[in-house]
Amino acid sequence: MGLEIAFWILAAIIVAAAITVVVLRNVFRAALALILCFLAVAGIYITLSADFLAAVQILIYVGGISVLIILAIMLTRDVQQGSPSNRLRVPAFLIALVFFGIMTYALINTVWPVSSAPPVAPTTAAIASRLFGEGGYILPLEIAGVLLLAAILGAIVLVREK
Amino acid sequence: MSIGLEHYLILSAVLFSIGLYGALAKRNIIIILMSIELMLNAVNIAMVAFSRFVTPALLTGQVFAIFVIVVAAAEAAVGLAIIIAVYRNRETIESSKIDLMKW
Repeated sequence: MGLEIAFWILAAIIVAAAITVVVLRNVFRAALALILCFLAVAGIYITLSADFLAAVQILIYVGGISVLIILAIMLTRDVQQGSPSNRLRVPAFLIALVFFGIMTYALINTVWPVSSAPPVAPTTAAIASRLFGEGGYILPLEIAGVLLLAAILGAIVLVREK
Repeated sequence: MSIGLEHYLILSAVLFSIGLYGALAKRNIIIILMSIELMLNAVNIAMVAFSRFVTPALLTGQVFAIFVIVVAAAEAAVGLAIIIAVYRNRETIESSKIDLMKW
């Protein structure tokens, strides 16, 4: 029962914050709504008993990416001008609506092979053994590290003063 | 009515559609980047929901969500660096005005 109430509250926060992000004209307030949306997504992970992923979400999205976005907003000084819509506002809305309709129709009419097994209780150790263990994801993990290094170097090169 | 897989998937679809609208309809590049982050979060919700309800013991969806978060962090860093470089050169972050390569 508590899980259901938590889900509905978090879902309402997520949808409201996401709509605020795309509707508000003030870019800085849109970024604050985005942070609220990230926090509520971390709560959704907790209701799905993914505790490690909730911590990662708060550390990386709320702590890292939000700071980057706010820093970019401050550096570009376009807050007053805001975020107006372009000429394709109505077609974009229709495309998003049609996309949502198709997705909802497809996923309601699919019979999912839902398992009734209980979730793994603390997921951190299980995820670690999936990532580093035998037959796991050790090569993608190393490639992800190389990708992060390349992204750091690329970002430094792009913003460096000539 | 208990919360099942469909609830999480529909929430994910709603979030993805809002992000899609923002990415298509907005002029400010930072807002477009924020909309892309919304879409990546929607995908993560769907994958964690599949991991919880379809394969609860394997956790494959959560591992994939971690990789998506890694790619999202790299994308945000490089994307915002590109935005700052574009602003430094052209004094605007409006996507319709960045048309140097448009013939």
